[in-house]
Amino acid sequence: MPNFGVLFFPGSNCEEDCYHAIRKILGQPCDLIWHEETSLEGIDCVVVPGGFSYGDYLRAGAIARFSPVMEPLTRLAAEGVPVIGICNGFQILVESGLLPGAFLHNSSLKFVCRWNHVRVEEIDTPFTCLLREGEVLKLPVANAQGNFVPGEGATPRIVLRYCGPQGEIDKEANPSGSQDAIAGVANTQGNVLGMMPHPERGVENAFGSEDGKKMFESVVSWIKFSKQREAALSLAKLKGSEPELRPIPRRRFDYDLD
Amino acid sequence: MKQFSVKIEVKLKPVVLDPQGKAVLNALGGLGFSEVSDARVGKVVELTMEGESAEEVSGKADEMCRRLLSNPVIEDSSVEVVEKQDA
Repeated sequence: MPNFGVLFFPGSNCEEDCYHAIRKILGQPCDLIWHEETSLEGIDCVVVPGGFSYGDYLRAGAIARFSPVMEPLTRLAAEGVPVIGICNGFQILVESGLLPGAFLHNSSLKFVCRWNHVRVEEIDTPFTCLLREGEVLKLPVANAQGNFVPGEGATPRIVLRYCGPQGEIDKEANPSGSQDAIAGVANTQGNVLGMMPHPERGVENAFGSEDGKKMFESVVSWIKFSKQREAALSLAKLKGSEPELRPIPRRRFDYDLD
Repeated sequence: MKQFSVKIEVKLKPVVLDPQGKAVLNALGGLGFSEVSDARVGKVVELTMEGESAEEVSGKADEMCRRLLSNPVIEDSSVEVVEKQDA
């Protein structure tokens, strides 16, 4: 089973929600990891949760990026290990340079806390492989500085965009005023995802939605897939034969589409 | 070693929309200051630093801007160094 690691910094406040989603809802092993940790050995997926690390002083995420744990995190990210930054976690990944762009205050200048819809724009990432392109997820957002700008001339890999319930992109559906209605972006490699909405808060229908579960289920499948792939590749190398590679995991049934 | 007062200004780049500046502009308009046509909000960081020369201190402050105090994707920074006189 994949080992999840949920980092937390002084001022993080979503680490317990992430732990609950992964440990209790998905039943996967999960460690809570304090930001002073210098090793992330044995972790198959790193979650950088939301909150207000270091009080959002200077800029959201600007100080947390210098925490000791960011060093092994950067190494894992370069090795292709799935990393997801949620809300303040997204801001930390952007400040650390693992993801492109920057954040401004929401165009409304308000802290926006509400349910929102997002449209899946890309499924070739560990966190969206079991989703469908164009699929609409209902997830909560809660932030004041979610107004993402990619930077001049930059074209990030857009994974999620804010939309209405039917997938329509319009101004009202965008809680932050982010450019191109961006709600989530990935790095060039695709293994690092940052998103403003909170998938960990949308894992139980009793609390409004369980669409967020699909993203965690995706990464569990993805990790199994990449471990099989690694094993197949090294076996083939030993035998000097062609590796037997399985396809990327995809959802088999459209049971809950439309 | 000399002592220097260092004033660092961090501002959003002109091409970046400034929601705070816009709110300030609207509020000033609401107060009757109709002559204001634009407002931008930035940050000021004041440091007291030791060093041999203003150039050295200024160079270090530039590095601080690059590494922490500003985000070059959206912000410009400027550094002003004044030597402190002993009382």
